[in-house]
Amino acid sequence: MIRAQDVSVRLGEREVLSGVGLHVRRGEWTAVIGPNGAGKSTLLKALMGLVRHRGEILLDSRPAATLKPRARARLVAYAPQAPALPPEMTVFDYALLGRTPYIPYLGRESAHDREVTESVLDRLDLGELAMRRVGELSGGERQRVVLARALAQEAPVLLLDEPTTALDLGHQQQVLELVDRLRRADGLTVVTTLHDLTVAGLYADALLLLAGGRAVAAGEPSQVLTEEAVGRHFDAHVKIEPGPDGRPVVHLVRGGP
Amino acid sequence: MVTRARPSRARPLWVACALGVLAASMLAGLLDGAADISPWQVVLQVADWLPFGHVDSGLAPVEQGLLFELRLPRVLVAAVVGGLLAVAGAAYQGVFRNPLADPYLLGAAAGAGLATTAAIVLLPSSAASIPLAAFVGALGGVFLAYTLGNTAGRAGGTATLVLAGVAVTSFLTAIQTFVQQFNVEELQRVYAWILGDVGGGWEQLWLVLPYAAVSSVVLLLHGRMLDVLSVGDEEAAGLGVRAARVRFTVLLAASLATAAAVAVSGLIGFVGIVVPHVVRRLAGGSYRIVLPLSLIGGAAFLVLADLVARTVLAPAELPIGVVTMFVGAPFFVGVLRMTRRAVT
Repeated sequence: MIRAQDVSVRLGEREVLSGVGLHVRRGEWTAVIGPNGAGKSTLLKALMGLVRHRGEILLDSRPAATLKPRARARLVAYAPQAPALPPEMTVFDYALLGRTPYIPYLGRESAHDREVTESVLDRLDLGELAMRRVGELSGGERQRVVLARALAQEAPVLLLDEPTTALDLGHQQQVLELVDRLRRADGLTVVTTLHDLTVAGLYADALLLLAGGRAVAAGEPSQVLTEEAVGRHFDAHVKIEPGPDGRPVVHLVRGGP
Repeated sequence: MVTRARPSRARPLWVACALGVLAASMLAGLLDGAADISPWQVVLQVADWLPFGHVDSGLAPVEQGLLFELRLPRVLVAAVVGGLLAVAGAAYQGVFRNPLADPYLLGAAAGAGLATTAAIVLLPSSAASIPLAAFVGALGGVFLAYTLGNTAGRAGGTATLVLAGVAVTSFLTAIQTFVQQFNVEELQRVYAWILGDVGGGWEQLWLVLPYAAVSSVVLLLHGRMLDVLSVGDEEAAGLGVRAARVRFTVLLAASLATAAAVAVSGLIGFVGIVVPHVVRRLAGGSYRIVLPLSLIGGAAFLVLADLVARTVLAPAELPIGVVTMFVGAPFFVGVLRMTRRAVT
């Protein structure tokens, strides 16, 4: 579904990404991990076409560079790490923004657009909040509202930049389970950045480890999450053991590095 | 579960209410004046002007002429100018995602001020050149700020645009002040123009109307797009919208509206900031609501402000710009207090 080759991004003088490749099959969940400043968010932005980049990106076997903005937005939905939530906007209006790629430039939304938005809100248990203002919501509700906007886009690919930051344990689980459920139900292809390695290993089918703008490891969680790799690239002292389901669990070890 | 959610849009009831307020203010604007004409006769006379047949108001031809040649165009110019300034202010606030943006943010006022001062000084006998000078000056100021902002910052970011507006405003104002200093005898005329006047008659109305129509239509069509821009350029791009392009179109239309308003009425302050905020507080924050209701609300506000300007010191007149600020500021504070909400 996504095939990126040799993607490089330069921001000012700094090369933020250099020669990164990524291959995500349809219906698969890939988590991009790496230390702060590794280029995780930039990779997502490059996939979305929001930063200038070199290298080739294929979305659904089509070169992304040739897609018009609206066509690209129907293929890929993106939720940034810190989305701007206009506090005065209603939850319904905000989620409806996801329908923008389907509404003519100066036109208005159709009955179908409203139905899609309503059903997405209902699926995410936001139906009751539809006429509330975004500024009145709690952190967990906001995260779901952002997800609702992305889902209203009805794009087969979902790019989520740190969807669980600022959420407590329970809400993190709620959001990730929700993404997983939606992915299975609708066959969505999901790429997320995640800073929690255990969580990334728990939910994703594949991991891509970035460090210093380069892809240093990719593959199944148990292959990527090794004590050696995490120790080196995160500059951390960790112990990694298989959890009850065989997926790796990362523990910090006191006294290191 | 059935949700009864609806997208925000200007509901017919609100539009009808706003139009009702506008009609009432316009009638009040027609009623007042030196000549003693009864309200009922004015109503009948207005009915007679409407294209539904003949109504006898019992007014003498002189009184009819007075209403038609003096009061009616004055009320209409005030309505058009007020509507334009308010809708342009709302559009600027949307484009810059800044509640303090007003139609003069990008150098329109300073450009018009300089050009008008120059016209008054260089062509002292030709009053007809003032609207043209103001119009060209306002657009020139905005053009300068926009070009400067786009070359200084990449990809049309809003922060550099605002800074460019500040720079252009100071620069042009400095030149204007300099020119004034050497022509002190024209100071009175320059200030009279700056403080605003809507008493220009039918000629002024015909001058402003084409620009008013085009710019209002373009702005009203962009309500949904301004809502999309409110999540920021990057997320708008993620939704398939080229933010810089939308911004350019909206700024062009809003600046045309501002220039047209400035050309026939001078620099009337406060309307562009106050009216959109009052609408936001009362009816909702979506630009699909704010733009149309600001257009109507701004019209009503300026008609009433002009009414106050004519009556308070009658037979002398206050400059309308003084009234909008003097009456507008406390009114605004009142609305802010009345609609205080938990989250702002």
